[in-house]
Amino acid sequence: MKTYLPPRYIVRRDEDRCIQCLVCENQCSFDVHQYDAGDDRVYARDDRCVACHRCVTFCPTSALGIGEYPLDFRANHNWRREAIEDVLKQAETGGVLLTGMGTDKGHRVYWDHLLLNASQVTNPSIDPLREPMETVTFLGRKPGAAEIDPATGALKTGMPPQVRLGLPVMFSAMSYGAISLNVQESLARAATELGTLWNTGEGGLHPKLRKYGDNTTVQVASGRFGVDAGYLNAGRIVEIKIGQGAKPGIGGHLPGEKVVEDVSRTRMIPMGTDALSPAPQHDIYSIEDLSQLVHALKEATHYTKPISVKIAAVHNSAAIASGMVRAGADIIVLDGLRGATGAAPKIIRDNVGIPIEVALAAVDTRLRQEGIRHLASLVVSGGIRNSGDVAKAIALGADAVNIGTAALVALGCRLCQQCHTGKCAWGICTSDPALTKRINPELGARRLVNLLRGWDHEIQEILGGLGVNAIESLRGNRLHLRGLGLTDMELDTLGVRMAGK
Amino acid sequence: MKDLGHVNNPWGDDKVIDACSIFGMMDVSGKTFSGRDIITAIGSMHDRGNGLGGGFAVYGLYPEYADLYAFHVMYLSVSGKTEIESYLNSRFRVVLSEEVPTRRVRAIENPPKVWRYFLEVDRRLCDDDVEEEKYVVDHVMEINASFSDGFVFSSGKNMAVFKGVGYPEDIGEFFCLDSYEGYLWTAHGRFPTNTPGWWGGAHPFNILDWTVVHNGEISSYGINRRYLEQYGYRCTMQTDTEVVAYAMDLLLRRHGLPVEMAARVLAAPLWSRLEHLPAPERELYTSLRQIYGSLLMNGPFTVIVAHQGEMIGLTDRIRLRPLTVGTSGTRLYLSSEESAIRLICPDLENAWIPAGGRPIVGRLGDALPARRSGRSSLSKGENFPLHAQVQGG
Repeated sequence: MKTYLPPRYIVRRDEDRCIQCLVCENQCSFDVHQYDAGDDRVYARDDRCVACHRCVTFCPTSALGIGEYPLDFRANHNWRREAIEDVLKQAETGGVLLTGMGTDKGHRVYWDHLLLNASQVTNPSIDPLREPMETVTFLGRKPGAAEIDPATGALKTGMPPQVRLGLPVMFSAMSYGAISLNVQESLARAATELGTLWNTGEGGLHPKLRKYGDNTTVQVASGRFGVDAGYLNAGRIVEIKIGQGAKPGIGGHLPGEKVVEDVSRTRMIPMGTDALSPAPQHDIYSIEDLSQLVHALKEATHYTKPISVKIAAVHNSAAIASGMVRAGADIIVLDGLRGATGAAPKIIRDNVGIPIEVALAAVDTRLRQEGIRHLASLVVSGGIRNSGDVAKAIALGADAVNIGTAALVALGCRLCQQCHTGKCAWGICTSDPALTKRINPELGARRLVNLLRGWDHEIQEILGGLGVNAIESLRGNRLHLRGLGLTDMELDTLGVRMAGK
Repeated sequence: MKDLGHVNNPWGDDKVIDACSIFGMMDVSGKTFSGRDIITAIGSMHDRGNGLGGGFAVYGLYPEYADLYAFHVMYLSVSGKTEIESYLNSRFRVVLSEEVPTRRVRAIENPPKVWRYFLEVDRRLCDDDVEEEKYVVDHVMEINASFSDGFVFSSGKNMAVFKGVGYPEDIGEFFCLDSYEGYLWTAHGRFPTNTPGWWGGAHPFNILDWTVVHNGEISSYGINRRYLEQYGYRCTMQTDTEVVAYAMDLLLRRHGLPVEMAARVLAAPLWSRLEHLPAPERELYTSLRQIYGSLLMNGPFTVIVAHQGEMIGLTDRIRLRPLTVGTSGTRLYLSSEESAIRLICPDLENAWIPAGGRPIVGRLGDALPARRSGRSSLSKGENFPLHAQVQGG
């Protein structure tokens, strides 16, 4: 069928600069650049370009540029370019439109409407270069009170398992199969160096990465891939994945062709079979079922590891979170509307769930109203772009954040949203051996460590500016936030005042 | 489910930013003395306040009613008095009620009417002391959150708070404090930078027999408050200082922590210091911080916390506000400035600046705190040679 879809991007090549070195042709995994020996010229198939910028980045003579394909659609507020293109794609394929990464729609980003405070005159700001500044965070259930033995002065209260984070930022769950082993190794190495955690996602833990276990969250999701007693006990935290922000209520499907030998061994499924993650966990149809799984995992790990439960931020997250805490979850992970994915139906990604900022505010408030906030740590993800977002999330009430997209961007990702195609030119979201080689775990880890070191310094500067020297004094301290350009109802939901008030 | 929104000020950020003078003196032998000296001492730090708040706490001043709760209530209107008295009469047995004697002082303008009530709780309502105290706290919180024209600002046994808008020396004269005798006094002169000019907003802050005077700003107030609200405390006094009083009440009375541990919650040792401690201590302080991280008081502060038989001085852990300790005979002095101590005790035996985050505790019947000479790892930097001491000695 002839496609009616116009090209999305256009490749601009400066013929004076092009030396026909064919780097672009070699780098492009979407077969855009093609060398014509007769003409001694490189031509581009614009219709295949996804604007991943791999060729631009590696062109030795800076001969390349990528732009929006110059094509004005007839002005129509309802039927804009994307709506028309989506209809065309479905008319030509008859399927569910798939996409990757987080939604690119213009839902309000509340981080951009929140502003942090600073000290002036009445209290001194603190210089983190010269004074101690503490960003250490502990995840896990906390007792409501400490009981001290009056005779010995020792603590009588038993402490549930706690996980120490050097800074309140972890890496989001990204499974082996969705991302390559080299990317996972980059994350694992960086987490180990930074004293934080990476997360296996639901694809099991490759034997090569077991040595990073103390800095690993092992995930148990609906497909139960790679789960056995050894796996559960290899990690520092065990996470039950109920849902993710990019596709709440939707399962996953790793196509059989991606289940190569290593993936097959790690996921504990036969080679070449589709890895299907059901939409629900079929042993969790209610909150009491969740409680059973939480306690089964605690038994399996001998009560040495916090059990985390991850949900997508949806309309009644606050009530659900309360139930999860009462079901025994030691850590709650909320993944917001803008959370990313390796593959999701586009219509779900762009239309289901709520932004993480409001979900976080609602959950933190509800747990405090019920007097159970100390029983679980709160981790949020889905749209954290920089240390300012981290600080605002913590002020709204989060103990820590997870970053996925930011980490992948650090490794080269340009959010071209082609993860589901398996052709990632940056070698991130692919299992093609030729492409996965493009990520060197040592260099990848260096980029990730650099990123989070920078964020940690910035968080320290923010704390010092506020006149406090510990992250605990910012956590849940919404008085250090003000809202700008928000309605009364939005301010009320976020629990912050209007700037100037 | 608790309605945590039910407070006078739902945003809860009308904290008053203070830069103040504080003073405390205690005779650990229990010998009582009048308020004359402490008025002189706090008056000497006049310039640290701006006349928008002064106050005193006295312990041991009502020995004849030592078993009764002495509520001190300020009224802004006659109807407020009628309403609150009717509330008190229906919840407590009022043994004695009287207007608190005052003098006319030119500098004190538009004072509210101040009354005191000696109250007994019906023991049929409460099984034990813990329940009785909860009963009292709940009703103080209820009155202060629900009635607009009256305010309970002192609610302990055999102790009282006197406070208002004015310089502390004028407030002392207004309330005739030279005529009361107590074994422990604390005082406060206030420099609020935002000025509701409200008598209830002056220090000391009180719940049961706990009082707090505070110099500084608690930048962690927002989370300290949200944490305490989970335990039923309502922050109604439009200042950050009250969270210190409630935190102490929670940690010491309800959770039964020793004072030294409570101080380690409010001014937690740095993680980097814990690394050098022996394992049992390190684990204890780590657990305390994991449990009570939300009660860490951050920002510049010095507080003097007192309750029956005990006076505690504490600074933030990097000591961004001053505190000097003095001892002489059986007397313990805590002050923003050493000169104020020497003014009323010229032959002072010891004076030193304690390390940041390290509590100085005076306890009835115990020996006076001494300057630490050993270098335990948590008291590093304890011993600063004082120029004033060299000069004065």
